[in-house]
Amino acid sequence: MEITLQTIPMQHGLILASILFLLGLVGVLTRRNIVFVLMSLEIMLNAAGLAFIVGASRWGEADGQIMFLIILSLAAAEVAIGLGLVLQLFHKHKTLDLDTLNKMKG
Amino acid sequence: MNFLFYGSAVIAVITTLVAITRINVVHALLYFIVSLLSAAVIFYSLGAPFAAALEVIVYAGAIMVMFLFVMMMLNLGQATIEQEKSWLSPNMWIGPGILAAILLAEMLYALNLTDAEMAHTMIDAKAVGIELFGPYVLAVELASMLLLAGLVGAFHLARK
Repeated sequence: MEITLQTIPMQHGLILASILFLLGLVGVLTRRNIVFVLMSLEIMLNAAGLAFIVGASRWGEADGQIMFLIILSLAAAEVAIGLGLVLQLFHKHKTLDLDTLNKMKG
Repeated sequence: MNFLFYGSAVIAVITTLVAITRINVVHALLYFIVSLLSAAVIFYSLGAPFAAALEVIVYAGAIMVMFLFVMMMLNLGQATIEQEKSWLSPNMWIGPGILAAILLAEMLYALNLTDAEMAHTMIDAKAVGIELFGPYVLAVELASMLLLAGLVGAFHLARK
């Protein structure tokens, strides 16, 4: 397999992606404001996209960037639905706290 | 070229860490935008200029603006007026400002690089486009259906 010209080792890119993913995971687990949880989900999706870009640059193929584009459109759709839900929940309960919103029955 | 990657990697980790520990949502969003911009620089240094451009336009542009719009639509009362006052003081925007200035310096450095100094072989937008509308055309259709579902869902949910 052809190895393309690169000076940044693949491991460093993957380590960075996993650090960012873990930060997003910590954000999802610790924050109780629903907007922060959505933002941490974005951090995690972005870290996954970064891992795909690292793979694309390692093998010099465009396929990793295609996966990044799909993740990008997924993130856009997810945040549109999520923020719509946030608006509805805020109108109904006047709070953004997940611990008070955890009962799905209105 | 290594400096581009490692410098923006440090900035990305710092700003993400700060973003998930803020109390105020808008402060966190400011730091998160800087984090996304540094991710774009990382993509560029890894030889993916098209993904870097999309990261700035879609993530840092559209998605973050959507977050900001929603935070403005949720009228949080008297506290927002206090926030408006605190936004005008420099201690709120000086942190993201300095980090964004470092990213700007990195971008100016990258613009002055010649092709021989590029650490990576670039995969440009043409190669991505040929792949995207060749073997991956089904993925484009799936992404469009996903976005349509997102559009319909957001329209339904945001209605009174």
